[in-house]
Amino acid sequence: MASLNVKINRLELKNPVMTASGTFGYGLEYADFVPLSELGGIIVKGTTLDPREGNDYPRMAETPEGMLNCVGLQNKGADYFCKHIYPQIKDIDTNMIVNVSGNSPDNYAACAARIDALDRIPAIELNISCPNIKGGGMAFGVTCEGAASVVKAVRECYHKTLIVKLSPNVTDIADIARACEAEGADAVSLINTLLGMAVDIEKRKPVLSIRTGGLSGPAVKPIALRMVYDTARAVKIPVIGLGGISSARDAIEFMMCGATAIQVGTANFLDPAVTMKIKNGINDWLDQHGVKDIHEIIGALN
Amino acid sequence: MKRYLLDLEVVSKETLSDIHALVKLTASEPLPEMYPGQFVEVRIEDSPSTFLRRPISVNFVDRQKNQLWLLIAAVGEGTRRLMRLEAGDHLNCILPLGHGYTLPESSGEKILLVGGGVGVAPLLYLGAEIRKAGGEPVFLLGAKSKKDLLEADLFKQYGRVYITTEDGSAGEKGFVTQHSVLEEERFDRIATCGPKPMMVSVARYAEQAGIECEASLENSMACGIGACLCCVEKTIDGNIRVCQEGPVLNTRKLLWLH
Repeated sequence: MASLNVKINRLELKNPVMTASGTFGYGLEYADFVPLSELGGIIVKGTTLDPREGNDYPRMAETPEGMLNCVGLQNKGADYFCKHIYPQIKDIDTNMIVNVSGNSPDNYAACAARIDALDRIPAIELNISCPNIKGGGMAFGVTCEGAASVVKAVRECYHKTLIVKLSPNVTDIADIARACEAEGADAVSLINTLLGMAVDIEKRKPVLSIRTGGLSGPAVKPIALRMVYDTARAVKIPVIGLGGISSARDAIEFMMCGATAIQVGTANFLDPAVTMKIKNGINDWLDQHGVKDIHEIIGALN
Repeated sequence: MKRYLLDLEVVSKETLSDIHALVKLTASEPLPEMYPGQFVEVRIEDSPSTFLRRPISVNFVDRQKNQLWLLIAAVGEGTRRLMRLEAGDHLNCILPLGHGYTLPESSGEKILLVGGGVGVAPLLYLGAEIRKAGGEPVFLLGAKSKKDLLEADLFKQYGRVYITTEDGSAGEKGFVTQHSVLEEERFDRIATCGPKPMMVSVARYAEQAGIECEASLENSMACGIGACLCCVEKTIDGNIRVCQEGPVLNTRKLLWLH
């Protein structure tokens, strides 16, 4: 049994396997399939200061080895989260991390400040990369200035571990990561979904209600790996890797490219118990290769 | 209700038409409790273009034989792969999912079950359970043609069966909502499943008749367990998740007739 503990700033993870925001609800949805306390962390559904209805249906299109979604951050807002959801999840014995979104630096900061007050939420993941909302989300994550402005505003009022989730829809993701690091981000997670499109040729219409959506699943994995590799070499803060991870082998690839931890997203839809298979699979691989501590494989490409 | 991730074994596959098959599944342990209108998320192997699971409604649960029946319509690559299942194959399923039909609150309740095409699937189990609870199910089943009528003989075990076909090759010619039984009889409630235009017509009939109507929605889904929010339907109470609060919903809650 190898040591699987990793640290993201002050955040201690029992193992590097976390779940990606928007794919795992608030954790409770998966309690029948996964012993939640055995995860390294759960990043709950994107939360905004004010409630959001999200986009119209259809919000999903199946694609080769992946899917597009344009859910659009449907959630009941930060106050509802604090009052009604937090009490249900605060005693889950793992790192419960809230994904925070907004439409201006101040709006992000106000939402982050609400979450800062919750004892059992040790970190937030700042979503500056949602491709499915207008006037916010990805708009901030595609320029160094935009990313820096949000991180700066949130850093002033948020005192725990601050993770920033990066968009792959940029020219050089490492530049954005450096801008976030410079404003005090404790870690970056990448990649969010890639902006894509699907077409129904019989209707001569886009499949998705807002025409475009975010692509996820194994189809994006090679892009995610390359971006994690580039980013890990550009910043000193920890990098959390995600994008199409479906197996222990995938997870190890990301860690070898420099990820300290990983997130499993779309794969949860195909197999709701996949996270435990990944966690156990990483351990088995380390044992088979005589690796005593998972840190030995982080950034360990020859 | 606890949900399970199970590898079920195919007991048999009966081809019902060019594009329809009845697959009977079993497990070594007793199958979990399932209610009419609930569904199963099926993993489809060996179909490269099928990435996500497919939601398939519970057609029937045979407790004595410990069997779950799924009625398959080959509408795409994934369901075509399911048509090729053979006895002894395994099918990975998440079940039971969603919220099903309301069962009779009092005995003697006369409930009209309206199904179209493969949408008749959940109505077989529903009819059986209504009968068991002391209600009277009456089936009104529609299809394009006689050869597309599914399980018509099985429905007869539980109640009267009325049929419409679009070409008139069986029952009355036309759509289910044109059947004479709707004018001749009065029902306490309606349950429906089928193509959306049919269900909208049925909901309109129910509203005019002043009776409750429940419909089963088939919005496209990713997770099937309430996490991803892809399958939402707008209702008078805002967005609801079809996989969780549905798939069966009271049509008064929907915005179909607004």
